[in-house]
Amino acid sequence: MSELLAKDKEVVVPGQVLAKGMDYIPGQGTYRLKDDVLANRLGMVSVEGKVLKTTPLAGRYIPRKDDVIIGRVDDILMSGWRLEINSPYSAVLPLKDASFDFIAKGADLTKYFKLDDFVVIKITQVTSQNLVDVTAKGQGLRKLRGGRVIKVNPQKVPRIIGKKGSMVSMLKKATDCKVIVGQNGFVWIEGAPEMEVIIVRALRKIEEESHQSGLTDRLKGFLEKETGKKIEDAPENNDQKVN
Amino acid sequence: MNQEILEHIKNSLRKGVRIDGRKPDEIRPVTIQTGFLTTAEGSARVKFGDAEVLAGVKMALEKPYPDTPEDGVLMVNSELLPLSNPEFESGPPSIESIETARVIDRGIRESKTIDTKSLCVEKGEKVWSVAIDIVPINYEGNLIDMGGLAAIAALKTATFPFVKEDGTIDYHQRTDKKLDLKKMPIPITVCKIGEIFIVDPTDEEEKAVDARLTVTSVDQKTLCALQKGGDHPLSESDINTMVELALKKAGELRKILEGVN
Repeated sequence: MSELLAKDKEVVVPGQVLAKGMDYIPGQGTYRLKDDVLANRLGMVSVEGKVLKTTPLAGRYIPRKDDVIIGRVDDILMSGWRLEINSPYSAVLPLKDASFDFIAKGADLTKYFKLDDFVVIKITQVTSQNLVDVTAKGQGLRKLRGGRVIKVNPQKVPRIIGKKGSMVSMLKKATDCKVIVGQNGFVWIEGAPEMEVIIVRALRKIEEESHQSGLTDRLKGFLEKETGKKIEDAPENNDQKVN
Repeated sequence: MNQEILEHIKNSLRKGVRIDGRKPDEIRPVTIQTGFLTTAEGSARVKFGDAEVLAGVKMALEKPYPDTPEDGVLMVNSELLPLSNPEFESGPPSIESIETARVIDRGIRESKTIDTKSLCVEKGEKVWSVAIDIVPINYEGNLIDMGGLAAIAALKTATFPFVKEDGTIDYHQRTDKKLDLKKMPIPITVCKIGEIFIVDPTDEEEKAVDARLTVTSVDQKTLCALQKGGDHPLSESDINTMVELALKKAGELRKILEGVN
């Protein structure tokens, strides 16, 4: 006899029993104690068939393999760079993954990345000890020049990107800015100064209202009002949660 | 800090847009809350947008300094708490925290806001000491202006503690007697970046500043303290513009301060 105690999209606290019985399977953010499935973080429950998950409402970024993120150079090591990635763990960019060029032993590493540079990177590996390895070789991976970087809540990143990138492409189209959203909540923006300000305000709006429905429509209205021009062929308006 | 981001801040400022969308002479939304630290005689919590500063006033009876036997003691101290900014470290006071405390102290002292003679209880033996402590809770630039405003708001609400018959203080009892403030010194820091003057810089903008001038004024026309910072020189016309801007902005803050009790 299995019984589901928590509803879908309900906010739960650590230790709360989500379901009784072996028919339900603990997913991310949950664990099994005897026959029960319990939450281990403050967050929202999602029931996907038999699998129960909790997604945190806020918090730092937890590195996952193959995520494209933005890192800030924190330290230059003997054999690479240490990057701050808005996470409890820092990432290491080894020499061999930093550039397509051959980097000779003992070369001046600041020629490639200096302290405080921002780099778009991809996570190649996360070990069981939470050591994060990243690469800067690949499509779209590069050092960021110009522009500015702001921090957003990493849990809201899927909403900022939107379905198949619909939200972020609407932002780009409305403001003619270049935008790169890292999965870790670092967002790089470059464009006309007044447009950058509009993007920052739009991002804050998304963060605040991400739980309400009809967000895309409201944001479209907001952008049209702020930029004073119509946004054509609006992206699809069904506001399903992309997580 | 990343040089390219600094350059970016300067470039957009040249086009008249600040990084957070404010006008060059616009101060973030100001809120002042007073009297919530129960252990202090007076306190204020000042917020400029997300930036937050606390000020507390503590009073005690002390022996006066030998060279000023009839004057009360005024002290201003500030500490840059590591919790308010990842760049702050614990340990001996930094240059920034000493400067902040001294500039705010100068504003209050030189304007004769507090008549130190009136703090005398017994000449050469016993005077009141007034200690103001200023700490940022969330550092987002512009500590001197926020701290100065918080200090005055805290002084304004401070009440003397109860003195028992044996001459010791009972801090659990308060009297209704307030400090007699003669003036309202308000510091405003005007920053020069390139050829543009801004007020209320954020911490990112502070790193791009060429020169800054803190102007403390007691009313629309009277200055009581100045402090120049940054490596660039200022011309006479620069200083005139900066003082004018500071007086105008101080007027705005003074209006908000008048509503505080």
